[in-house]
Amino acid sequence: MIKPFPTLVAGALAAMLAFAPPATAQQKLKIGFITTLSGPQGIIGKHMRDSVELALDHLGRKVGGLPTEVIYGDDQFKPDVGVQVAQQMLQRDNVDIMAGIIWSNVMLATVPVVTGAGKIMVGTNAGASPLAGAQCNELYFSTSWNNDQSPEAMGKYLQDTGIKELYVLAPNYQAGKDMVSGLKRYYKGNIVEELYTKMGQLDYQAEITALRAKNPKAVFIFYPGGMGIQFIRQYVQAGLRDQIPLYSVFTVDETTIPALKESAVGQFEARFWSADIKVPASQKYVADFRKKYGYTPSFYGAQSYDGIMLIDSAVKAVKGNVKDTKAMVAALRKADYDSIRGRYKFNNNHHPIQDFYLLRAVKDGGAPEGVAMHIEKKVFEDHKDAYYKDCKMKW
Amino acid sequence: MSFALIFEQLLNGVQLGVMLFLLAAGLTLVLGIMNMVNLAHGSLYMIGAYFAISVGQWSGSYLLGVAAALVGTLLVGMLVEVVALRTLYQRDHLDQVLATFGLILFFNELIAILFGRFALFASLPSYLQGHIELFSGIRYPLYRAVMIGVGLLTAVLLWYVVTRTRLGMLIRAGASNRTMVSALGVNIRLLYTMVFGFGAALAGLAGLMAGQIYTVQPGMGELILIQVFVVIVIGGIGSVRGALVGALIVGIVDTMGRAFLKPILETVISAAAANTAGPALSSMLIYLLMALVLALRPAGLFPARGG
Repeated sequence: MIKPFPTLVAGALAAMLAFAPPATAQQKLKIGFITTLSGPQGIIGKHMRDSVELALDHLGRKVGGLPTEVIYGDDQFKPDVGVQVAQQMLQRDNVDIMAGIIWSNVMLATVPVVTGAGKIMVGTNAGASPLAGAQCNELYFSTSWNNDQSPEAMGKYLQDTGIKELYVLAPNYQAGKDMVSGLKRYYKGNIVEELYTKMGQLDYQAEITALRAKNPKAVFIFYPGGMGIQFIRQYVQAGLRDQIPLYSVFTVDETTIPALKESAVGQFEARFWSADIKVPASQKYVADFRKKYGYTPSFYGAQSYDGIMLIDSAVKAVKGNVKDTKAMVAALRKADYDSIRGRYKFNNNHHPIQDFYLLRAVKDGGAPEGVAMHIEKKVFEDHKDAYYKDCKMKW
Repeated sequence: MSFALIFEQLLNGVQLGVMLFLLAAGLTLVLGIMNMVNLAHGSLYMIGAYFAISVGQWSGSYLLGVAAALVGTLLVGMLVEVVALRTLYQRDHLDQVLATFGLILFFNELIAILFGRFALFASLPSYLQGHIELFSGIRYPLYRAVMIGVGLLTAVLLWYVVTRTRLGMLIRAGASNRTMVSALGVNIRLLYTMVFGFGAALAGLAGLMAGQIYTVQPGMGELILIQVFVVIVIGGIGSVRGALVGALIVGIVDTMGRAFLKPILETVISAAAANTAGPALSSMLIYLLMALVLALRPAGLFPARGG
């Protein structure tokens, strides 16, 4: 009765060899990277793409030891286009892993498509709260933050500093309201006015006139991209820079400083990273980035560089066997690499547990722009987002 | 709400209106006289801003930048008319929309290739910085006051050219009956090219002034273009007078809505409700106004005579 046994084993072995992924893994790695490359927001995509290319340079064009091809996709700042680009990458280009995406709405639309196809998504900017909470997913990782963590840090700083009253301005859309609710989670002082302006508004003179009439102790704004350049230019032209201190999130950074220069000086921001952070991996990234491209990278770029380095660490850990998704997820969870923010741990929702800082725009002859963000002080240590408890994932 | 605050907001409204007028004037002339829908008008505004800033920074002279922007957009406008738009006058509006939308994409990419996607840095010369004291402690930014002055001066000049000169007469005649004017020996093609060029220069003027307060980047023209179309619809297509009145109305209504709608609502409904309704309503205000004008006077407030 022992006789059939060896054939069974042999058969099972043959089947395993035929269907299991090859142990020595594949020869090549394909990464699909989605960002915005056209339109006014294309500047953010440029920072991200340049950073991915620099990461590839640093890795000798081999992510996790495999020759790597990165395919860039342009979502044009539209969720439907983002989904379409992702489908193309998954079906036609057959990418192994996806990364990138600037906008929360694009991310929310695209993640189900990627994870539905059984692939891993490494988000390198968008911090949509649902993905940190109830909609968290085994296959979704973030190298950035949740949207309202930066305003939380600003709120805590303003509270600790004893700023008694605050005038708040933000664009009238979901992220604008999320930022203000993040601020309010830690700031308990008097908010004299909470004003939401039209998305993409050009002229803020009416708001600035009304603001000056109220003469508040401090102003908090969230005006990303061109809106911020406009608001700050007009704020400075109204002569308010030296009169009422201006605090912001996602407004003054290395994508807008080239347009603002001196008018940015004195601006306060809150962020998890700054180009002057004293972390060896970041110092190498910033120095080589400035050398290669002639401008200072922003946090958008830093997170994207970090995303490639995170993928690199995981591909190395699974010895190139990228098709083994379970092993990849386990390797990514370790975050076993030298991040631009320093070593960190992932929370149960695959979002980093990390420090946040207060930054200030100062004149800096060492930066190509002449003005740079400098870290003033640490506001949060090992800060977790407010949504991880809604995430059912345990590991 | 003091009188001084209301007055200052009124000035802000006039200033926004003047800005819109400069863009609307060129667009309404082209639309009314040449019967041409030119979506790429915003691109000429962008080109004006880029000319002014890049030449101004390269030469170190703000005024040289201003001159370069005016001449540059005039030439670019005439070139575009000769190369691309001339063949479109006889086609229907949809073809014109498609072709000029193509021009938008072309110019945005061209600017991105030449200057990069970074928003440009702009700085005011010292003699345009600072404030003027109006009365009882109102300090108004000097640059904004200059914008109002330049815009109103341009309006007067334009009115004079169109109604009191031979060139203006030809323009108006060409709008009424193109074939008859050319039968009388007038080179209507050249006339159209000139009108388009001057329309472009007006957009360039708006762009060079906007470059100091708005963000100068590829695609900046499309952000303001919708409001400009609202101005034209309210003012009446083809009418410069209508463009001026429409622009001032839109500028003042938009500014006043943003400044005072929320505080007024707060006296009627709860603060939280006003917080939601205020911004929503104030951003709709100019479109509601447009709908109202269209319902009462479908041809706009000052429909162009003839044509």
